Amino acid sequence: MASYPLTVENVRLVDRISSKKAALGTLYLTATHVIFVENAPDTRKETWILHSQISTIEKQATAATGCPLLIRCKNFQLLQLIIPQERDCHDVYISLIRLARPVKYEELYCFSFNPKLDKEEREQGWMLIDLSEEYKRMGLPNNYWQLSDVNRDYRVCDSYPTELYVPKSATAHIIVGSSKFRSRRRFPALSYYYRDNHASICRSSQPLSGFSARCLEDEQMLQAIRKANPGSDFIYVVDTRPKLNAMANRAAGKGYENEDNYSNIKFQFIGIENIHVMRNSLQKMLEVCELKSPSMSDFLWGLENSGWLRHIKAIMDAGIFIAKAVSEEGVSVLVHCSDGWDRTAQVCSVASLLLDPHYRTLKGFMVLIEKDWISFGHKFNHRYGNLDGDPKEISPVIDQFIECVWQLMEQFPCAFEFNERFLIHIQHHIYSCQFGNFLCNSQKERQELKIQERTYSLWAHLWKNRADYMNPLFRDDHSQTRGTLRLPTTPCNFLYKFWSGMYNRFEKGLQPRQSVTDYLMAVKEETQQLEEEREALEERLEKIQKVQLNHTKVKAKQSEPSKHSGFSTSDNSTANTPQDYSGNMKSFPSRSPSQGDEDSALILTQDNLKSSDPDLSANSDQESGVEDLSCRSPSGGECAPSEDSGKDRDSDEAVFLTA
Amino acid sequence: MEFSDLIRTGRAQAKLLRGPEAPPLRGTLCLTGHHLLLSPGPQATSELWLLLLRSVDSIEKRVASDSGTITLRCKDLRVLQLEIEGVEASLDIARSIEALSSLESVITSFPFFYRPKGLRLGDAWHFHPPERYYKRVARETNAWRLSEVNEDFSVCPSYPRAVIVPRSVDDGALARSARFRQGGRFPVLSYHHAPSGTVLVRSSQPLTGPQKRRCAEDEELLRAVLAGARPGARGFIVDTRSSQAAKQARMTGGGTEAKAAYPGWKRLHRPLERGQPLQESFVRLVEACGDLQQSTDSWLRRLEGCCWLAHVKEALSTACLAAQGMEREGACILVHGAEGTDSTLLVTSLAQLILDPLSRTMAGFQELVEREWIQAGHPFQLRCAHSAFSHARPKHEAPTFLLFLDCVWQLGRQFPLSLEFGEGLLLALFEHAYASPFGTFLCNSEKERCLCEVRTRTHSLWSGLNQPKEQRKLRNPLYAPNPLAIWPSVELQSLRLWQGLFLRWIRPPEPSEVAWEKVWQIVTDKEKTKLSQPTVSASEPQL
Repeated sequence: MASYPLTVENVRLVDRISSKKAALGTLYLTATHVIFVENAPDTRKETWILHSQISTIEKQATAATGCPLLIRCKNFQLLQLIIPQERDCHDVYISLIRLARPVKYEELYCFSFNPKLDKEEREQGWMLIDLSEEYKRMGLPNNYWQLSDVNRDYRVCDSYPTELYVPKSATAHIIVGSSKFRSRRRFPALSYYYRDNHASICRSSQPLSGFSARCLEDEQMLQAIRKANPGSDFIYVVDTRPKLNAMANRAAGKGYENEDNYSNIKFQFIGIENIHVMRNSLQKMLEVCELKSPSMSDFLWGLENSGWLRHIKAIMDAGIFIAKAVSEEGVSVLVHCSDGWDRTAQVCSVASLLLDPHYRTLKGFMVLIEKDWISFGHKFNHRYGNLDGDPKEISPVIDQFIECVWQLMEQFPCAFEFNERFLIHIQHHIYSCQFGNFLCNSQKERQELKIQERTYSLWAHLWKNRADYMNPLFRDDHSQTRGTLRLPTTPCNFLYKFWSGMYNRFEKGLQPRQSVTDYLMAVKEETQQLEEEREALEERLEKIQKVQLNHTKVKAKQSEPSKHSGFSTSDNSTANTPQDYSGNMKSFPSRSPSQGDEDSALILTQDNLKSSDPDLSANSDQESGVEDLSCRSPSGGECAPSEDSGKDRDSDEAVFLTA
Repeated sequence: MEFSDLIRTGRAQAKLLRGPEAPPLRGTLCLTGHHLLLSPGPQATSELWLLLLRSVDSIEKRVASDSGTITLRCKDLRVLQLEIEGVEASLDIARSIEALSSLESVITSFPFFYRPKGLRLGDAWHFHPPERYYKRVARETNAWRLSEVNEDFSVCPSYPRAVIVPRSVDDGALARSARFRQGGRFPVLSYHHAPSGTVLVRSSQPLTGPQKRRCAEDEELLRAVLAGARPGARGFIVDTRSSQAAKQARMTGGGTEAKAAYPGWKRLHRPLERGQPLQESFVRLVEACGDLQQSTDSWLRRLEGCCWLAHVKEALSTACLAAQGMEREGACILVHGAEGTDSTLLVTSLAQLILDPLSRTMAGFQELVEREWIQAGHPFQLRCAHSAFSHARPKHEAPTFLLFLDCVWQLGRQFPLSLEFGEGLLLALFEHAYASPFGTFLCNSEKERCLCEVRTRTHSLWSGLNQPKEQRKLRNPLYAPNPLAIWPSVELQSLRLWQGLFLRWIRPPEPSEVAWEKVWQIVTDKEKTKLSQPTVSASEPQL
């Protein structure tokens, strides 16, 4: 095995959008990262990729220019490298295969990552999100719900947390009995309590009902959930699987609740597909994103055939159904799928998000993920492939939830305190393993691994940088954004859009070139500064007027426009560069698009406007471009195939129009 | 002809449904020569509801035993439903609306009767005369002159009185070049790009015909275009048809510039959809948007099937190519298709928006629409006679102007700080192009507008829009002047369906309105805070 850091020089990084562009540089492999440093002396741009982000590595057929290596990342970055020597390429390939698939938790980055915080700060970071506080906020415990210690030391269910809320009338005997009748002993427990009308959302796994089995305690458990909501005489039981899948499970001794056995339940299927379908669907969608110069029709067909947006809508529909049952009908809902840790987590958290504005705040959103995903044993390690494992366990379950949130943000621009960047960064860190929050498959495992003592919490990190994640349009004062989010009554398929900001996040050229969010945040910041200055001035003024002193003149400080780093877009280099607009044909033979990029960076700050002026006057660069054009074009060969110069030569003999 | 002949019934009791999200209105329905009115009862609080009959695209009537239902589909894509008491009354009203909404006479149309308060006739018509743009060009270069060869519209019926042409070409040569171009549309200046010293020129196709005729004056004209540009400049002819279509055009007397006849010019073919297929694409898209029962997948299939976004992509990338040719290659660009009144204008106007910071201002954009669409002879009356709902077989209808507005919207989405106007202006232009109380979009050319005395007898849309009360709807509060070219991404992932237009009446409007309010609030908060800073004089102690 090669020793680290492994260094390969003269590697080319290919730009996916315009394949003509390639940056020459050096590739480094360290114990934690793949690093590519460009040779260009003025920029020396660096690209860092964590090994844990690497999803697949593909060695392609050696070409004349070298050996291409394609690295696909879990955060949707795609890196195409061309390594001159086949041997080097093989070394890199073999090393990465090993590095990208750690076998022990201790190999993960979070155990070596050190953000230079002391022990106390680290502990405080872990205390930022406190679920017992969250249940208190919901209004618990109360007359109907109590904290149960039945799962102390994970005695009943090892994938559940130790602290759980259950109906007051559910005794330990009932809980344990019910747990024996549920897949992986995941008995019904409270996910969300809607204080306004006592309705609640509970979650569990599927019952082990087979074709006819019954369990008295399980039936009592559901009865207890119903009794905890005095306003309603029934509960909904929502099975989030397609009916066919649920029926198939009966053959394996699992299945779903029989309405005849449980009194006062209304049973409902909401067909969300399983993790394997979702994995393939994402795969298909990403293939569409990777197509080289597809037509609009290829793109939309591919998007449709992937079924991705249909799956997103199915999850949203389930969440909407539950939110409506709880808020409008005042009926409690028990949600399950098979094991109750994937679709159930998605659906419960979407419903909570719709119901409770708290979850639409920055901190509330962290709480929501902590509650419905981390504490209830969503199998982060298996789903996101942190450790080398069964590839069939991998599935973009939380990615889909995050996308649901984005789709809601698009529909309700003022309802969320956080912005798109917040979602993207959370997605990134679910895979990065830089923080300990998402390690392992359950609370029990995390406790055993002593995560809190050995790693740092992502939530503290995000909270510290919260200024970056704020949505300037957030309005908690508006009737529309307070309380339950009301979705239109008509089904709106066209409201579900392809999320280019996530799936093409590393292709900056595809993103809007100017950020409204950053601009508005900067404006807000400036307003605040002006406000403070004014207050200071007024204070001074008051003092002066009070004292009525001598001729001291107070000069009002010119309110200097503050330096807004936020005003300029994140990536200047691509922002003001024309793309390849000629499709496959090369219309202008002379210059590669990369030429002259530097002279026209898009700059939004006023300070910088001056510096970009020279771009507007004809410069030598453009002159040279024309030289090229004139010396090459006579051949005509370089020019577009549509230029039918060859065939048209006979037109020389054209008759003059006698005027 | 009197309008009263067409009005079969004066009034009726009715209920109006305006889509799933808005509450119904009840009241008395009245019909006038130009409007449908619903006057709510005396106890009602809501105001009079008014619909310009011209904006009705199609009517559907259904009758029950004692009432009738009329569905009005409007040119701005709104769908309204009227429930009218009395079968006779409802049939009469439907027939009257049908007759009144399809009147073809220009001079009896509503703009000739519209006299809003606060506006004076003729106020804004001279905001954008050709002389004005020429003044700007003349400041930048001496190579061009304003020619009045078309003063009486005899050289080219679809051009304005005055056009900008190379200084070295005399009016006689222009007239002869005009005879060699379809509809007399000889090459004229569309835009001078001062930083690169190059120009954007537009025309119609040359009439080479099967004999491959040539025209010395036309060749001279294009030679003069290159001679007037920066030294050594070459030219590209962007033909908006496929090379095959261009060749086929020879059989009907049209064609393309022969390579040998125009030294220094190279031809590029970028086929853009036009005419009937474009109209059908629009119709299919609107149909898909109106179908609320379909699944997500069939929505995407239909979005794909209608090809609208593909047309947006093609239009934008052709415009970018033209702009790139000027700014990056230092080349002159001539754009034409066949008639030179549709896709040609689409390309030239978009290219300017990409290159010219002035055209991205409120006034500059209005000037661009006036100069490159209205005065340049886009036949608005023919193209916008019907919108997406009409059952009539389209003859000359095509949503080229709408496609332009959509492309502008895409630019605005990708550069949200670089356009001084907002979506509101684009929506208003769409509405007014299809049906308007103002005269701006009437007729097909300046010649027709002159004959109908549009300028003296109707109000200009620009004066309507530039009233202070309209500004908040039309302006982009985020605007910050950007002196650079704005190069959009034309990748599929970067283009979106323009929901604000196509789903305007379907999705609930509130969320985006609430967001818009907030944007304004943030921006005006800053302005207010700035203004409220104590001044030096105020802080001087009183002695």
